[in-house]
Amino acid sequence: MIRSDPVRLYRTVRLIRRFEERALDLVRSGAIVGGIHPYLGQEGIAAGVCAALRDDDLVTGTHRGHGHVLAKGADPARMLAELLGRVTGLNRGRGGSMHAADFGIGVLGANAIVGAAGAILTGAVWARRRRGDDLVGATFFGDGAVNEGMLLEAFNLAALWRVPVLFVCENNGYATTMPVDGAVAGTIPGRAEAFGMQAAVVDGQDPEAVRVAAAAAIARMRAGGGPELIEARTYRFDAHHTFEHVVRLDYRAPEEVAVGRSRDPVEIAGGRLGDADRAAVDAEVEATLDAAVEFALASPEPEPAGALEHLYASGLVARTGDA
Amino acid sequence: MPRLSYRKALTRALADEMTRDESVFLLGEDIRVAASNVTAGLLKKFGPERVIDTPLSEQAFTSFATGAALAGLRPVVEFQIPSLLFLVFEQIVNHAHKFPLMTGGQCEVPVTYLVPGSGSRTGWAGQHSDHPYGLFAHVGVTTVVPATPADAYGLLVSAIRHVDPVVVFAPAGAMDVRADVDFAALAPVPIGKGRVHRAGTDVTVVAVGHLVHDALAVADELAGQASVEVFDPRTLYPFDWDGLVESVSRTGRLVVIDDSNRSCGIAGEIIATVVERVRLLAPPARVTRPDGAVLPFAPALDRAVQPGREQLRTAIQLTLKEG
Repeated sequence: MIRSDPVRLYRTVRLIRRFEERALDLVRSGAIVGGIHPYLGQEGIAAGVCAALRDDDLVTGTHRGHGHVLAKGADPARMLAELLGRVTGLNRGRGGSMHAADFGIGVLGANAIVGAAGAILTGAVWARRRRGDDLVGATFFGDGAVNEGMLLEAFNLAALWRVPVLFVCENNGYATTMPVDGAVAGTIPGRAEAFGMQAAVVDGQDPEAVRVAAAAAIARMRAGGGPELIEARTYRFDAHHTFEHVVRLDYRAPEEVAVGRSRDPVEIAGGRLGDADRAAVDAEVEATLDAAVEFALASPEPEPAGALEHLYASGLVARTGDA
Repeated sequence: MPRLSYRKALTRALADEMTRDESVFLLGEDIRVAASNVTAGLLKKFGPERVIDTPLSEQAFTSFATGAALAGLRPVVEFQIPSLLFLVFEQIVNHAHKFPLMTGGQCEVPVTYLVPGSGSRTGWAGQHSDHPYGLFAHVGVTTVVPATPADAYGLLVSAIRHVDPVVVFAPAGAMDVRADVDFAALAPVPIGKGRVHRAGTDVTVVAVGHLVHDALAVADELAGQASVEVFDPRTLYPFDWDGLVESVSRTGRLVVIDDSNRSCGIAGEIIATVVERVRLLAPPARVTRPDGAVLPFAPALDRAVQPGREQLRTAIQLTLKEG
């Protein structure tokens, strides 16, 4: 989407928001085991970047990755079924929240190791272009990842070999509980600039601002430019992980959280729509998610006997662990 | 019959597969000039697009290969130094190996990791002399350790054609082995299939990699006293258990020689599996590096911690005394 489409952007942020809220309900009810890393507050980044991508472009996400997968176009029902560990899930219940992937729409997976996906996506985009596909990629990561050596190595490879990858840093201020100021020497754009990459800082709470910045970078990349970086400044409205709902960790002052939550990407995008348009999108999203929840809860759980299916693409059957 | 060296067999396998399949390409450090002498001549033959020198960014280029494989290419990644596998263990195990299962079978990761000169090279000391095949067998990555030029050719070809990641350990102690080879008869060697190098009736010696040649020499020396069968597993994961059980069922005795540290080494796994399935005539024995060994520099010390012929002879004789 090169041109602005406020309805579509709002629909995406609203879908992610309500998906996450429903997922939180399902965590509380015990239907989702293991918890999730809620994307609440950061929806504008996935929505804005993916609005600037084509369907055939590739993305990778993070442990806080539901938004990336949904914004790229995954079926919310199959995504939710994955969170519930059901056979109808995107990954047949083998991946869960942190590994949701949908190769058919260019989502090469949420990746739960911080900073790990950048090099994988760089290799994938490079390979697809070598095979003649004129596509680009976007890889999302948090502020914690900018201190991971392998991500900085990926910056170097992508820049050196001019692989069109948009490195999208979602700076929500904290790597789990570690504040950016306590962890990052220099700056995040400075990391990219050191490798000769163009870098921009954008208001991550405004989906349209993110879309405009991403579209400009992607246009340069499609025209033959190398990789670029966008630092999207954002705020995580909820916990690092839902375990924090049980074990309260004291690292963000209530006043800070209130200020952070005051700039809500759903309200910012929704404010650009008329009341009737907004209500129509809201109703459509609720209907989609009602159906998604019903589908996911009604879906069967995988058979334990097939626990290691897909371990090897070759079909090799591993030895069992018993006598 | 012409002589083929182990090293040239690897080169030939790479060249043949690159000729056969355009999606095969090479990635690594100093491979254009062929510092390890395995990629010699390939730059001239296939050009810089398919023989790619990388910066010293092992983690990034290993995951770059994962991405390229996800996108349909078949990378062969060369590591000059076996200990670099410790650095990229995360990228191979946590990503390349886990992607098929985690995504519920959405992808294949056909990467070959080639380690020419694994194990002691004499005089290369603590950080260049590891032989970490056991680690990859433990986590379930396909692991091959060819002993002969024909197997080096055939297993590397099979590894490149395989749909899952494969680590090919070419032991330093085997790199200069030469053998009479009918070039027309060179063929893929199936992964997961062992080979009886020398038939015998009193004891089965399982030898890994270059130690196959030591085992054959010891078997010759003992020819007047005992009939020693030498079994070369060739692939350590998946292991040819049926082939080995067939051998030990005939001989009733088992000795393993393995260039790994003793604790949790592959020798322990081989013995455990055999005694689960075969009633032996005498307690089994293993010859390995000591627990937790770090190879010291001085040649006498380097040799002192490597498994050798003298120890193997003693182990065989001990096993033969009983039962």
